[in-house]
Amino acid sequence: MRAVLVLGLLAAFAAAGARAQGLTADLSSHLVAITTGFTGTSVVLFGATDGPGDVIAVVRGPERDVSIRRKSRIAGIWLNARALTFTGVPSFYALLATRPLDEVAPPAMQTLHQFGIAALRLGGAEDAASPAERDLFHAALLDDEVRQGLYLKAAGRINFLGERLFRATIDFPKNVPTGTYIVEVYLVRQKAVVSAQTTPLVVSQTGIDAAVDEFSRRNALAYGLLAAAGAAIAGWLSSLPFRNA
Amino acid sequence: MLDVYLPIAAVSLDVFMLLALGAAVGVLSGIFGVGGGFLLTPLLIFIGVPPAVAAASSANQLIGASVSGALAHWRRGNLDLQMALVLLLGGLAGSAFGVWLFALLRRMGQIELVISLSYALLLSILGTLMMFESVGAMLRRSGAPRRKLHQHTWLHGLPFKVRFRRSKLYISALLPLVLGFAVGVLSAVMGVGGGFVMVPAMIYLLGMPTAVVPGTSLFQIIFVAAAVTVLQAVENQTVDALLALILLVGGVIGAQLGSRFGARLRGEHLRALLALIVLAVAVKLCADLTVPPDNLFALEPVTP
Repeated sequence: MRAVLVLGLLAAFAAAGARAQGLTADLSSHLVAITTGFTGTSVVLFGATDGPGDVIAVVRGPERDVSIRRKSRIAGIWLNARALTFTGVPSFYALLATRPLDEVAPPAMQTLHQFGIAALRLGGAEDAASPAERDLFHAALLDDEVRQGLYLKAAGRINFLGERLFRATIDFPKNVPTGTYIVEVYLVRQKAVVSAQTTPLVVSQTGIDAAVDEFSRRNALAYGLLAAAGAAIAGWLSSLPFRNA
Repeated sequence: MLDVYLPIAAVSLDVFMLLALGAAVGVLSGIFGVGGGFLLTPLLIFIGVPPAVAAASSANQLIGASVSGALAHWRRGNLDLQMALVLLLGGLAGSAFGVWLFALLRRMGQIELVISLSYALLLSILGTLMMFESVGAMLRRSGAPRRKLHQHTWLHGLPFKVRFRRSKLYISALLPLVLGFAVGVLSAVMGVGGGFVMVPAMIYLLGMPTAVVPGTSLFQIIFVAAAVTVLQAVENQTVDALLALILLVGGVIGAQLGSRFGARLRGEHLRALLALIVLAVAVKLCADLTVPPDNLFALEPVTP
């Protein structure tokens, strides 16, 4: 999976390099470190173009498989009836643009480059009974991600500073998933993409949190026993002050 | 607001909110000797903890809360160690059987429905019976001749009779053994501690004095919760020890207050309160099954 991702990134870089004239962009930081006091953060996207045009940026979190269940009423009781599993679902999605998306990108371009939540293409769910059912589940999945604040429905704003320099702030909520993100930046002129660039961004736990998380995966049994013993000792300690009551 | 990032749950939550949540559940646990997992898990899910992490971490904090509560009751002499060990023995066998049964039911599909329906039914009957009994006892208190401590039935004719001194009982050891087994099966299948069924059953089925029940129940919950915590940590890596610890700090304070408060209540009042809570949970379960949900769809990430 990681190898594929790296290859993909390299290919994207190569492609960007081949036609990078016209657009240069970078992030203020390529690492979002999640520490114990993490409450969300923002990263600045900045860059320059070689002339007038619009800039669109897409931020996608690492992809994972998501299954979505629907409840149905059978004999007066609501129960989980149907589940579909979608693959390649980005764990985070945000779009930023210099102007409202519909003014910059025609529908065909939105579909091609997956600009906007509505244009997201997901894999899987082959066992859907009909295209209509698949669409229904797809829409419910998007709604849920929006509700969690992981898919940003409103397009963020990219501002031009003068004619060529642009700058935007990408906000990450406190429940931002960890992993390798991809920030795609497009330069659009006369309703056509003339240049594109891709930049990676890593969101990762650091410090004690990362150590705990890693330990819990590597030494699951030891972690479980420690967690149980720790709780028991904490319970015992806490009862001491009340002993003579 | 003081947010802390939880390493396994992978969300930031307010420490004070978690402390308050722990304390509220701790009070309940201290008074009645029930774990409170049935309340804690949904509340954690509500504030944004992933469901699997919420259930596993509740079990983790339950260990500490039960140790603290059981010790408080033990110091007051309200713990029947002998009875607790027999219940535990049955409980461990029951959980092993329950884990097997769970896998079997899941293969057959619709396990959630079977669980919810049977639990709702069980709690409704239990709650109603307890309510009638305790209200009746309160009304009788004014002068009417006292009944015997408990009625003798065929249950008392079973073999392997043992004298449980603290509980002032002379009954067959098979009774608590089977009860422990049944609750063990239930907690393994439902993923809750089972205190809700254990406590009323100890009062009405075994005829234990109400004062001894919470401590004895808490004692055996310690071990059930420990087993669940280790199993979850190994199988699913869903135990957030930091979350459990924060909940625990609030929980132990609540449990101490609760056990002190509970000691001051009269037996029938305690039982009536417990009946109310059991009924409330039953109503909630029935509502979940029959009221159209706000959101028909539920997302869950698929672990690769």
